[in-house]
Amino acid sequence: MPSFLPPVVRNHVSALRMLLVFTVITGVVYPLAVTGVAQAAFPDQANGSLVKQNGKVVGSSLIGQNFNLPLKEGQTSPNPDPKWFQSRPSAAGTNGYDPTASGASNLGPNSTVLIQDINQRRAAVAKFDGVDPSTVPVDALTASGSGLDPDISSAYAYEQVNRVAKARGLDPAVVRKLVSDHITGRPLGFLGNEYVDVVTLNLALTNLK
Amino acid sequence: MNETLAGWLQVIALIGALALSFRPLGDYMAHVLTTGKHWRVERMVYRAGGVDGDAEQTWGAYLRSVLAFSLISLVFLYGFQRLQNHFLLSIGMKAVSPALAFNTAASFVTNTNWQAYSGESTMGHLVQMAGLAVQNFVSAAVGIAVVATLIRGFTRKKTSYVGNFWVDLTRIVLRILLPISFLFAIVLVAGGVIENFHGIQSITTIAGDHQSLTGGPVASQEAIKELGTNGGGFYNANSAHPFENPNAFTNWLEIYLLLVIGFSLPRTFGTMVGDKRQGYAIVAVMGLIWASSVAIVTANELHSVSSSAGHLAGGMMEGKEQRFGIWASALFAVSTTLTSCGAVNSFHDSFTPGGGGMTIFNMMLGEIAPGGTGSGLYGILILAIVAVFVAGLMVGRTPEYLGKKLTGREMKFASLYILTTPAVVLVGAGIAMALPGERAGMLNTGPHGFSEVLYAFTSAANNNGSAFAGITVNTDWYNTALGLAMLFGRFLPMVFVLGLAGSLAKQQPVPVNAGTLPTHRPQFVGLLLGVILIVVGLTYFPALALGPIAEGLH
Repeated sequence: MPSFLPPVVRNHVSALRMLLVFTVITGVVYPLAVTGVAQAAFPDQANGSLVKQNGKVVGSSLIGQNFNLPLKEGQTSPNPDPKWFQSRPSAAGTNGYDPTASGASNLGPNSTVLIQDINQRRAAVAKFDGVDPSTVPVDALTASGSGLDPDISSAYAYEQVNRVAKARGLDPAVVRKLVSDHITGRPLGFLGNEYVDVVTLNLALTNLK
Repeated sequence: MNETLAGWLQVIALIGALALSFRPLGDYMAHVLTTGKHWRVERMVYRAGGVDGDAEQTWGAYLRSVLAFSLISLVFLYGFQRLQNHFLLSIGMKAVSPALAFNTAASFVTNTNWQAYSGESTMGHLVQMAGLAVQNFVSAAVGIAVVATLIRGFTRKKTSYVGNFWVDLTRIVLRILLPISFLFAIVLVAGGVIENFHGIQSITTIAGDHQSLTGGPVASQEAIKELGTNGGGFYNANSAHPFENPNAFTNWLEIYLLLVIGFSLPRTFGTMVGDKRQGYAIVAVMGLIWASSVAIVTANELHSVSSSAGHLAGGMMEGKEQRFGIWASALFAVSTTLTSCGAVNSFHDSFTPGGGGMTIFNMMLGEIAPGGTGSGLYGILILAIVAVFVAGLMVGRTPEYLGKKLTGREMKFASLYILTTPAVVLVGAGIAMALPGERAGMLNTGPHGFSEVLYAFTSAANNNGSAFAGITVNTDWYNTALGLAMLFGRFLPMVFVLGLAGSLAKQQPVPVNAGTLPTHRPQFVGLLLGVILIVVGLTYFPALALGPIAEGLH
């Protein structure tokens, strides 16, 4: 480096050159190397654990979806479709489950808005599934952190069995069996929580009959 | 297995994994920070950067290099975001607005990773990986480099030199952060984290709806985001997003990653000062604080303490993911707020007053249990110096720590360090509450709304980066104010740490005698814990009383 430059300038020029070196190493080489290995060794996971129906991608098993009836004239938010298992309430986007707007409600633990939401959800879910409001599980009443949670508790899945079976004209025992086959236990037996993935469950539902 | 047993096993397995890493990783980092041998690739980096890898720097020269590197990084990252629409892989994202670009640049350069933007709708792939993720590496390395000078201050005698910033930076990135990140990025992909360049993919869903799936090089960023205690998510929902954290196994791994360097650095310290017991004492204090905090937050969340919404719904699942549940969410929340990481797998705004309040208190402790990479250890060493000083006052002796005298000069640096962050937090939150427009940014009302503002400034000044995310912070005022809070909260303390390191390195060590306070015994662990709680309690109690405490007692 030219020595006629004052030290403070030389110091900043070095800083810039070092930053560019690290940009190449950690910002270009590193992610490309990880992508290369990931795509070669674990292409399914690296590409988003996509699920297909008749050869067409219909979603990711990791990202929750809406299972609603088409929007009717004059309606602002669509009604849930009784044919499908329903996911948790979602705060992502206007109608929920919008991956370009992931996020939570961020309502506080004593928020009157949240209390109102919980009361409304309890009444709506109980009516929709034809159960006693006091038995509706907590995951059906609360929005997830990501707004994209594809999972529900086994309790909420079982609660929906009769309604789904009736709407599809299926034997409830068959649908119940499908749910119990889709319960995922805790990884290694003790990490996190057990759950039912609604996306894969609904996909399996289309293959029944 | 029932939930309680599984929850306990999850915590115990984490402690076990951290304990197993303590010795090998700690000793390896000590080796990296002390060896005289350069790797060939490192020599190439020095040549490309135009720096001398064999020269030593005084604390002043070291500081000037840190500041120059950070300033250049700030300007570079700001420009990168402002011009992102002209680059490859911008996936249609527009140029970022000036105030937001400043805030984000300050945020990533200071290892805070506060995010006033939503990743999936603001940042293109190139800015994410060649701008933001680069700072994830180098800002974490800067923290470790600065603590290395402080340790050298204790180990060296009668010298003005504290190390070479460029050498420390290069080695920490190439020998520590890069290999571990690479390995764990691959493991995360195997677990389901995505790593691609697909951009936004439109699909028709099972029920015939439309959905846009957001791709990207996520795993490579996720690994260093946790390991470097950065915390800036690829997506708005951060580690709650299924593409960043698809299951409870990746979740556990991410918690491990964000803690492992912080908890291993005390070993590095013990090894470098030649008395491993000193490291055990420090890690004991860190561990006790962490474990108590895990117990408090988990208990509050499990029992919906003081939360009418939680009691009504039958549990605190608002803002939490089904696959993690309460235990794994509480464990993540505590670990991320005690480390300056700031990644979240659940949204703290919806936690109980006790659980959410504890996450604020965790940050107010100054990110020391175990704290951010490097910054956690220098934070707790400053408090250890204060503890030794307090003990010295009690018995009327000139205090000394690890053979170095703590004179007026050392205590001035330590005091200034301790005063800086609270001043930034309290003045910042005070001004925000005094301005009607900024007060209106709160989502919730009453004490909970105040907690949102307090959380924001605490998070920024302590370089944590997590949020009570309800508050609207993407405004020019908040972007600028919080950006400045992050810069002051990061670099002023570093000035004092480096000054202290220089001052200690100049001293001739004094021999240990019968009157020397032993700093490796349980007595000192208790003393240090007491000093930490008193200092933080006295500083922040009034602010906490107006926020989470008032809410809990309502």
